[in-house]
Amino acid sequence: MSSVPLSDSENHALEQRVGQYLKKPRRNLSLIRIRESFFFFLLIGCGLFSLLVTVSIVFVLFSETLEFFSADEVTLSNFIGSARWNPLLGETKSFGIWGLISGTLLVTGIAMSLALPLGLITAIYLSEYAPRKVRDVLKPILEILAGIPTVVYGFFALMTITPFLQWLHDGFSVYNAMSAGIAVGILCFPTVCSLAEDALRAVPQALRDGAFGLGGTKFDATIKVIVPAALSGIVSAFLLAIARAIGETMIVALAAGSRPQATIDPREQIQTMTGFMVQMSGGDVSNFGTEYYSMYAVAFTLFLITLTLTMIGNLVRRKFRESYE
Amino acid sequence: MSIVSRDRKVQVMNNTGEPIPSESANAAPGQKPEVALHLDNLSAWYGDFQALHSITLDIPKNQVTAFIGPSGCGKSTLLRWFNRMNDTIFSARATGTLRMGDQDLLSSRTDVVDLRRRVGIVFQKPNPFPKSIFENVAFGPRLHMKLNRSELNDLVEWALRKASVWQEVKDRLHSPAVGLSGGQQQRLCIARAIAVGPEMLLMDEPCSALDPASTLAIENLMDELRSQYTIVIVTHNMQQAARSSDRTLFFFEGRLIEAGDTELIFTKPTQKQTEDYVRGRFG
Repeated sequence: MSSVPLSDSENHALEQRVGQYLKKPRRNLSLIRIRESFFFFLLIGCGLFSLLVTVSIVFVLFSETLEFFSADEVTLSNFIGSARWNPLLGETKSFGIWGLISGTLLVTGIAMSLALPLGLITAIYLSEYAPRKVRDVLKPILEILAGIPTVVYGFFALMTITPFLQWLHDGFSVYNAMSAGIAVGILCFPTVCSLAEDALRAVPQALRDGAFGLGGTKFDATIKVIVPAALSGIVSAFLLAIARAIGETMIVALAAGSRPQATIDPREQIQTMTGFMVQMSGGDVSNFGTEYYSMYAVAFTLFLITLTLTMIGNLVRRKFRESYE
Repeated sequence: MSIVSRDRKVQVMNNTGEPIPSESANAAPGQKPEVALHLDNLSAWYGDFQALHSITLDIPKNQVTAFIGPSGCGKSTLLRWFNRMNDTIFSARATGTLRMGDQDLLSSRTDVVDLRRRVGIVFQKPNPFPKSIFENVAFGPRLHMKLNRSELNDLVEWALRKASVWQEVKDRLHSPAVGLSGGQQQRLCIARAIAVGPEMLLMDEPCSALDPASTLAIENLMDELRSQYTIVIVTHNMQQAARSSDRTLFFFEGRLIEAGDTELIFTKPTQKQTEDYVRGRFG
């Protein structure tokens, strides 16, 4: 485009041409309206679909759980009051959900005591300390770690972590909570790290400059300004990781064992809620008896736990939010 | 007018307004006020881009020095070297002399943490921490000093009073600082900066995001602070420079074009570029 002024005749010709363009037919308004309403209903439909799926899953869980509790051999007090989960053997049947919850909590606890601190510290390193080149290499590697199928982690736990633990200490059984917990921890580590790093990097540079400008060191800026400012994002990352650990199935099915028991000894084999569901749906029950329905009761409990966790997460996030805008 | 050539000697004026060659700037005993910062032949780069070309000047103590010039002329870059804020920018480097007393500020041995305590900075956009008003002001003192609760309360009140924002915030010291208006936030940032007891305050276009009333409040504040602090302000606002500074330095394309008493720079600039700029003919 030249900035030289147009001559009168050139200007006139341009006016003429633009005049023609402006007289061209406009788009068809009724077609536009149809397209708009079509798009509107498409969006509504998609929204409703996700709602429908969620509601029907919860409904199935709930109705089958009711079916479970309507059986003669099941009492609610046994379910929530006992830690003995023994649904298969006729004479001594017991449906104490704590036997499974404790397994889940043990594995989750081991996994989180590994993944949360390690993930956060790595995130702080990547976001605040690492030179760009290092970050550009490390971050994709972390993402690869997140992309490994969980069944591979399960094998890894069984074939590598467990033998290593047994080499360290004789007391570990072939299936044990520690090994599965470590593998779940490794699985959750990239999630924590990646999300926490996003939260840290979203903190405006102006806040770092503010801390440095007052004579703060990198450590001061990170610990006293950046991490508190990113806390809501970090808490989200933690909760997502916890939810993932609680729901993790393949690793615990492979490496944690299948003996439900309320223990805090990580050397023992245990069974988690998800592990039990895998066992059940894997064909250990042939009929539609109480033990089959117990699977739904366990699933419903799991659902309640993750739902509570999500709600606590939202509360915590609102409480800790240090908005920086 | 053509751009000043690379090796042209920059004219620095003494207090009487007579231009003197920069080489002999130090040879005017008795007339010059105490020097807070001494720059000799300071050049700065971002990667391959040279942002500052051989800047030689003195920043007088307990005066307000204004840096003016069009965007990209290097004035903010220069300001950010005074407390090494440019260290946070990977590709930034500088050569030449930048001295505060007998301390070489560009030396790698200079403790930037201590330097930044002594040379505070206020940024263009108010950047209160997402903490309470009290915690914002207490942040610096908590880093550098060991104070008990009542001493800290005292210090916070003193700093907020100094920054003329105490009256507005005294009843809500523990509510979030981000709830304050832009002008109050900026005065809070000034309070935060003086709470660590600096000798010098750098202000990087501190009023460009503020309304006229807040701008006036900050200019009045600078007027009060100048007796205790050496203030360097970067501004795009000619009136602000004219109103609130003792000395004005005009930069263009990384070079110091003219330096002198504010009144003279705005009434009788010796350089054509300075005149064009202060008259609003370019930039």
